[in-house]
Amino acid sequence: MQLPNAEQLLVELTEKMRPDVATNIALVGIYTGGVWLAERLHQDLGITLPLGVLDSSFYRDDFDQIGLHSQVRSSNIPFKVDGSHIILIDDVLFTGRTIRAATNELFDHGRPASIRLAALIDRGGRELPIAINYVGTTIVLSEDKMLALERNKNGKLNLSLYDRVNRNSE
Amino acid sequence: MNNNPQLNRDGELQHLLTTEGLPISILLKILDTAESFVGVTERDIKKVPLLRGKSIFNLFFEPSTRTRTTFEIAAKRLSADVVNLDVAASSQSKGETMLDTVNNLSAMHADMFIVRHSQSGAAHLIARHVKPGIHVINAGDGRHAHPTQALLDMFTIRRYKKDFHSLRVAIIGDILHSRVARSQIHALTTLGVPEVRVITPKTLLSNKVERLGVQVYHDMAQGLKDVDVLLMLRLQNERMLGARLPSAEEYFKYYGLTQEKLALASQDAIVLHPGPMNRGVEIDSAVADGKQSVILSQVTFGIAVRMAVMTILMGN
Repeated sequence: MQLPNAEQLLVELTEKMRPDVATNIALVGIYTGGVWLAERLHQDLGITLPLGVLDSSFYRDDFDQIGLHSQVRSSNIPFKVDGSHIILIDDVLFTGRTIRAATNELFDHGRPASIRLAALIDRGGRELPIAINYVGTTIVLSEDKMLALERNKNGKLNLSLYDRVNRNSE
Repeated sequence: MNNNPQLNRDGELQHLLTTEGLPISILLKILDTAESFVGVTERDIKKVPLLRGKSIFNLFFEPSTRTRTTFEIAAKRLSADVVNLDVAASSQSKGETMLDTVNNLSAMHADMFIVRHSQSGAAHLIARHVKPGIHVINAGDGRHAHPTQALLDMFTIRRYKKDFHSLRVAIIGDILHSRVARSQIHALTTLGVPEVRVITPKTLLSNKVERLGVQVYHDMAQGLKDVDVLLMLRLQNERMLGARLPSAEEYFKYYGLTQEKLALASQDAIVLHPGPMNRGVEIDSAVADGKQSVILSQVTFGIAVRMAVMTILMGN
């Protein structure tokens, strides 16, 4: 299957977000792919509030089934969450469970005025009532496929499709 | 079946009883996970929902305030329910055996036991006895092991010194009675520290310690030369069975860490102490409160490390 070009999608996503950029907007990237995207968006959109990064592993709903994810990174929210307008950035939106976990974590840092969601790809398959505000493109994939954003050593982003062994890395 | 009672058939950590024989991958996973929990403990809301609905029992057959409190705080920050049992003062004094106590608490659907006991091997015995799915953490057993203390020391060392592979580490004091020292030596060796020294009076040296691959010194001036990390031990007054030392003053004179003695180590050496400190016995106040002391950081990191251990065990 022909996958879209990630760099091209990022350009389109950036332009969809640009009209809403304001001084009170903060970006929070979700590890790992979402952080790569958020770093680029933060620069290209000229966001003034410092970039936040989030690993939602401590808030996931599958801890009892699969335990802790193998590699947990530190969350860092370097701006005041109370009253902020946050845009969460993820690479691929699927079930919505990561976004639920990330939202819960944000609320443990404060009470944001609003949270919106941006992702490079919406692949459908939602299991929770989560809606997306900014999306690069929409692809329909069967459940046994895993779509992953990767970054090469030159910093270029690309998409790869894998057969899903488990949902550990989703 | 493997021989290590801490690991399950897949090689995952099931109980934390000792640092001896733990693979480096597990040690590093604990340290790396703790790194993420440090961020949580610095927030206004210092709590994550990972262990919501789990019941953790602090089973302390030997008195301890600090260790019990740090485990309690760690469990609460993971949203677990914690029950503290000062067993020394309750059922055991009525004649109940340790395993009966454990059976009763298991019947109340305990998920984890944190065990402190004056007898070496107590936590092992409980770990062998409990049903699958119940986890045991050794919070100190006799002279044997105190793995979470050693792990938080390793975490503190890594935070300040970054890499284990070029370090000279000295463990100073009452090696004979110290479960902390034993756990530290195993952890340091596994993590690749090339030179581990112990500095101790002859009367406080265990004859087994040299077999662990450490270099033994009896003189502070020789032992501290070019050392990067000083791991002080508490002089365990309550375990001093015979008159192994003439007096606390005498001990301080030869082995107490003063600024003058610390100056013999590397210029940027750090000083750790598991607490509680005997000021003026094993450590001088000027050192304990000085620039090279990281003793209070150990306490802070100790919470994150215990959160990491509890989470990893409960997830396996």
